[in-house]
Amino acid sequence: MPKNPDVRKVMVIGSGPIVIGQAAEFDYAGTQACRSLKEEGIEVVLVNSNPATIMTDRDIADKVYIEPLTTKVLEQIIEKEKPDSILPTLGGQAGLNLGMELEESGFLASHHVKLLGTTAATIRKAEDRQAFKDTMEKIGEPCAASLVVENVADGVAFTNTIGYPVVLRPAYTLGGSGGGIAHNQLELEEILENGLRLSRVGQVLVERCIAGWKEIEYEVMRDSAGNCITVCNMENIDPVGVHTGDSIVVAPSQTLSDKEYQMLRTSALNIISELNITGGCNVQFALHPTSFEYCVIEVNPRVSRSSALASKATGYPIAKVAAKIALGYTLDEIKNAITGKTYASFEPTLDYCVVKMPRLPFDKFITAKRTLTTQMKATGEVMSICTNFEGALMKAIRSLEQHVDCLRSYDFSELDTEALLRRMQKVDDQRIYVIAEALRKGIDYDTIYNITRIDRWFIDKIAILVEMEHALETQPFTLELLKEAKRLEFPDSVIARLVGIEESEVKQMRYENHVTASFKMVDTCAAEFEASTPYYYSCYDGINEAVETKPPKKVLVLGSGPIRIGQGIEFDYCSVHATWAFSKAGYETVIINNNPETVSTDFDIADKLYFEPLTPEDVENIVNIEKPDGAVVQFGGQTAIKLTESLMKMGVPILGTKAEDVDAAEDRELFDKILEKTQIPRAAGGTVYTAEEAKTVANRLGYPVLVRPSYVLGGQGMQIAISDKEIEEFMEIINRIAQDHPILVDKYLQGKELEVDAVCDGTDILIPGIMEHIERTGVHSGDSISVYPAHTITNKVKETIAEYTRRLAKALHVKGLINIQFIAVGEEVFVIEVNPRSSRTVPYISKVTGIPIVDLATEVIIGKTIRELGYEPGLQKEADYVAIKMPVFSFEKIRGAEISLGPEMKSTGECLGIAKTFNEALYKAFLGAGIDLPRHKRMIITVKDADKGEAIEIGRRFEKLGYTIYATRSTAKALNDAGVKAKKVNKIQQESPTVMDLILGHKIDLVIDTPTQGRDKSRDGFLIRRTSIETGVNCITALDTAKALATSLENKNDNPLTLINIVTVQTS
Amino acid sequence: MKAFLILEDGTVFEGTHIGADREVVSEIVFNTSMAGYLEVLTDPSYAGQAVCMTYPLIGNYGICIDDMESKKPWPDGFIVRELSRNFSNFRADFSIQQFLEENHIPGIAGIDTRALTKILRKKGTMNGMITTDEQYKLDKILPRLKAYTTGKVVEKVTCKEKYKLKGSQNLSENGALSGSAKFVLADYEAGKREKKPSLVKNLNGAGIHIALLDFGMKDNIADSLKRRGCDVTVYPATTSAAEIIDANPDGIMLSNGPGDPKECTSIIVEIKKLYDTNIPIFAICLGHQLMALATGADTYKMKYGHRGGNHPVKDLATGRVYISSQNHGYVVDMDKLDPNVATPAFINVNDGTNEGLYYTGKNIFTVQFHPEACCGPQDSSFLFDRFIDMIKSAKMEVSKNA
Repeated sequence: MPKNPDVRKVMVIGSGPIVIGQAAEFDYAGTQACRSLKEEGIEVVLVNSNPATIMTDRDIADKVYIEPLTTKVLEQIIEKEKPDSILPTLGGQAGLNLGMELEESGFLASHHVKLLGTTAATIRKAEDRQAFKDTMEKIGEPCAASLVVENVADGVAFTNTIGYPVVLRPAYTLGGSGGGIAHNQLELEEILENGLRLSRVGQVLVERCIAGWKEIEYEVMRDSAGNCITVCNMENIDPVGVHTGDSIVVAPSQTLSDKEYQMLRTSALNIISELNITGGCNVQFALHPTSFEYCVIEVNPRVSRSSALASKATGYPIAKVAAKIALGYTLDEIKNAITGKTYASFEPTLDYCVVKMPRLPFDKFITAKRTLTTQMKATGEVMSICTNFEGALMKAIRSLEQHVDCLRSYDFSELDTEALLRRMQKVDDQRIYVIAEALRKGIDYDTIYNITRIDRWFIDKIAILVEMEHALETQPFTLELLKEAKRLEFPDSVIARLVGIEESEVKQMRYENHVTASFKMVDTCAAEFEASTPYYYSCYDGINEAVETKPPKKVLVLGSGPIRIGQGIEFDYCSVHATWAFSKAGYETVIINNNPETVSTDFDIADKLYFEPLTPEDVENIVNIEKPDGAVVQFGGQTAIKLTESLMKMGVPILGTKAEDVDAAEDRELFDKILEKTQIPRAAGGTVYTAEEAKTVANRLGYPVLVRPSYVLGGQGMQIAISDKEIEEFMEIINRIAQDHPILVDKYLQGKELEVDAVCDGTDILIPGIMEHIERTGVHSGDSISVYPAHTITNKVKETIAEYTRRLAKALHVKGLINIQFIAVGEEVFVIEVNPRSSRTVPYISKVTGIPIVDLATEVIIGKTIRELGYEPGLQKEADYVAIKMPVFSFEKIRGAEISLGPEMKSTGECLGIAKTFNEALYKAFLGAGIDLPRHKRMIITVKDADKGEAIEIGRRFEKLGYTIYATRSTAKALNDAGVKAKKVNKIQQESPTVMDLILGHKIDLVIDTPTQGRDKSRDGFLIRRTSIETGVNCITALDTAKALATSLENKNDNPLTLINIVTVQTS
Repeated sequence: MKAFLILEDGTVFEGTHIGADREVVSEIVFNTSMAGYLEVLTDPSYAGQAVCMTYPLIGNYGICIDDMESKKPWPDGFIVRELSRNFSNFRADFSIQQFLEENHIPGIAGIDTRALTKILRKKGTMNGMITTDEQYKLDKILPRLKAYTTGKVVEKVTCKEKYKLKGSQNLSENGALSGSAKFVLADYEAGKREKKPSLVKNLNGAGIHIALLDFGMKDNIADSLKRRGCDVTVYPATTSAAEIIDANPDGIMLSNGPGDPKECTSIIVEIKKLYDTNIPIFAICLGHQLMALATGADTYKMKYGHRGGNHPVKDLATGRVYISSQNHGYVVDMDKLDPNVATPAFINVNDGTNEGLYYTGKNIFTVQFHPEACCGPQDSSFLFDRFIDMIKSAKMEVSKNA
């Protein structure tokens, strides 16, 4: 069927801010889909509140609205833009829900807007639990049997029909408390009785227990003619019970025979056909490990994280094909872009093995529970490709950038067998390391299998790696052994450590004997057809097929690896834009990255894509083949920066700012010299290694002081200390990981925090604008609400900032981007931190000023000057509207995580509020972050003593807004004394009703809780904050944020929001 | 032990010896299925060939005897990148290593199978030798390789005597319906193993008798009919048309098989006689090619054939595309079809080659791909139902006219 001619203008809904479970994969999908639509001559209107995305670029869509994703806003945009269709299946669950709401309210019909792709009826059938279950039953596809019961007898009777074990889930209890797994009637009665009592509605769901079954996924495509194919199947190494986003996943499945593979494949096709899905769809199965029994766990009638992974694992561009299908094309009409010869109506076949590992945020949330459950916790992931499973696993481990490079990276050797087996019961991110240790201790496969339910085939593969470790330690280090270790992807550093020689010796032995990596192509077809797509992975057991090219100029762009807190999608934005800019300037571009969720790892972004770990050795393998004329590291975050030294040793020139200048910005002493020379003040401080030294410096400066390691991301490990005791505590935490660089102790200054991103060509600088943080210093810049243009500082301060930026950029010989953070105390400006590279605010400031600074920085790196690029150097004219960047958190996903804001970054994403006035922009920013108040007009205030004065003012404003204020004893007294009516509530340990009961009553809009200094000092506060987050109550821990929210609510009105097409935005 | 794969063009791959310790000369082909190595090994169509699996990890789930498509493996040799040292699957009876050794199949592991595949793709299928002789002499070997032909392999793989299979009387005989298999721990612990799940949801073939000509049949062809309730008589490839016609079957099925269809000269003569009757006929793969040759069409050898489980075929009547299981090196020449005799029913979406024919004025349709799957997608299994429907409507036609 050819393209539907009625579709001319399509609105695409994005997924909004990055949160756990909904991340960069939707930028990848959305970007691919928009490009695919534009290719067909369709006018694309894009809506997404996330400014850090590539999809919100002016090149990607025709009209771009970075507006809050609510139905009201979407309705307004539809009225303004009058699209004939909307495409909701590319924006994750958020986009899908919005599309459904618009459809169900009748708005789409009354405005003659079609829902493209899968129909609303289909989405309902797939999303509604009961409707889905009924549909599955109708076509004979099994779901796990379940029943809601209200008494023990019913529960027992039902369980007798489905068999033990069963999972019990009480309705409406916090975090699933009171639930459990019952293996026999005795356990069932006990848990059920307790669960019924705890459940607020006296109901418990009894469900067939499928934990421990194999979790298998299929990615399926179907077109309007009913043709369907499976793109890929994937096997979770962790069995059912761990969210697939947190599992180690392998593609294709490894332990299924063709009978099981085809049984589930046929089921997936039956399901997608019955649901009448057109586009992409993900079907998850639980497969009994010792029978042909299976259950359908879930169907996602849209592109998903798994579909991004499947696209990268196979080379089949799911989102692109889904967009074409939405336009009416059938699979046999869409060309396979990789081969150019075959069509989208074929199933990719792999001749390699793919492993995905989750990037979990436990290094950021050290108080959080590491346990992995059905609630996803990973912020990002890495993927690796190799000709064997062991190699793919080894590559994935070192791609994580979590100080791990082999199965010994977490040491459990101290544990005896019994302790080890007990430790193995715990399902967490370290379990494979525990299994490895168990194998070292000679524990048999069956014992490990019985505890973990990880298939013996995978256990054997881990054993092969453990055996290789042992061989390297104990056997003569022969060439044969080296070859085998490299085939299993042991890095030189690990081999050297195990053999007990220097890494350079391993490398020398390799090179002398020609044991070098070769590169194979990902081509969707296992070499059956010729492919020209330069998408490569490395292995040590094959002939190299990476095509040697000798273009006039070749540049290596280093990606930013897995998405983590502090290094998010922004850096992928920068890498992709830099790649495009180099390409435009005539360079051949080569990208190295390992993140399957991102746009940068789409095979048509750079001239060549290497899907590889970002370690010096892996990068060197590519450098040896590609021999680039230079590498650019300033766009890929810390991941790329960390490779600078190694690249220079390989003889690859660093384009742009030189490595020694990057060092100068990070090295305390060198930097102090530069500040002295440029006469720029900074907070006094010193560098230390030990707690004793730290205390000396702190006492010299006077408390409070800021303590942090150098060369870190997102303020990791950064703390404000107010006493010697805290210094000791923080230093101990920081030094848990061996520090290559000194620790910084600075005087803590309280003032306005300001930030600039600038381009410097060696002579002139270009500052698109100054951003001002709403929260005072002490809250990490990534977690602060950021306002452009800076709204409360004087022109003099602005001039000072521009001048300091110019001086610093010049002194550091910056060629390209620089990011500087300042504190203004009165009219005085201090520098906090300088990063001669791209930053998290680059996409935001580029979009809201219309100045494409990554492109400009790239041109500057190539040799152009700012003037040649048509810009007048200096601070650019301010825009005549306000753009506010609001951080978005995923605290509800990480149980036990401390949510209070501080110098360490905790947000996972951001959204934008842009409007003509500050107040409207602020309102939009809060709305975009999901804070849509008022609802019940009740709030709780509980603040530390130092904050009571400010809390009174805030209380007064909320009281005026009609809020009923509850407060704990001392806060209530302070409020009441000042004439702000506050109802006193009991603390947690006191008798009911306490502050907890109030929160759990679901009638509270907002909790303002400022934590007392330091960690774990106040269990009460911690509990209040956690409970708020877990019950969906907004919780604010910084008074400045609370004030901003009050301002936003005070200015809320029912007028329609002003909509701004970001494509038209410019500063001059 | 070291092993070598020597190709007709002089390329030598060095790897590790697997399976039986004997030298073998054969035609080297590649298969792109990611699972189903046992089904590939036991597909008689591979007689006279050595198969290279493009998926690198083979043997992961061991050997499940239930999944064999014939009584023994047929390829002359087996070429893989890595044989799993351990296997894991609840039905696995033993390892692939043991299977290859016991069945005297030599092979080679640890070679760059992708590089081999690329050579075959570029230069076309060619002959090769698997040997463990480190002193091999290329000048002696290459003429031997060039001289090798698969020859008349159908005779080697067909059954020696006819045999009968009783159709299923009720669905439960087929094992659990796919998706409804229940796990009973006690049974499992007692050693009871699950049967393969069945896709067949009704016995629409009950009371129908099919004569199945075995040219190297995969068991699931007979099984697909049997599970639908058809009684099946399997005949050796050399059976005369007269014997089959005398048995008065309701329908005739021509199976898959190995080799160059043009070598099957006497079989083609008999098939022409079957064509001339009014008995409905359904043919798969070699059977499809033989019917084409019997009715005046032509076949030719493809550069490197279609072998795998991901080939899209388009039903020209409906426009629907199905992913199919394939294993063929020869194909019917569409340019030389006489539309008065046969018209294309299916084509391959990738390369446009013929994948099936309708015979004009006849109750005959034939496909190049494998609706019986095993290994591969089951998407086109409905063709067996189409065959049964064709038989039924032909019967009605007959009774109406009588």
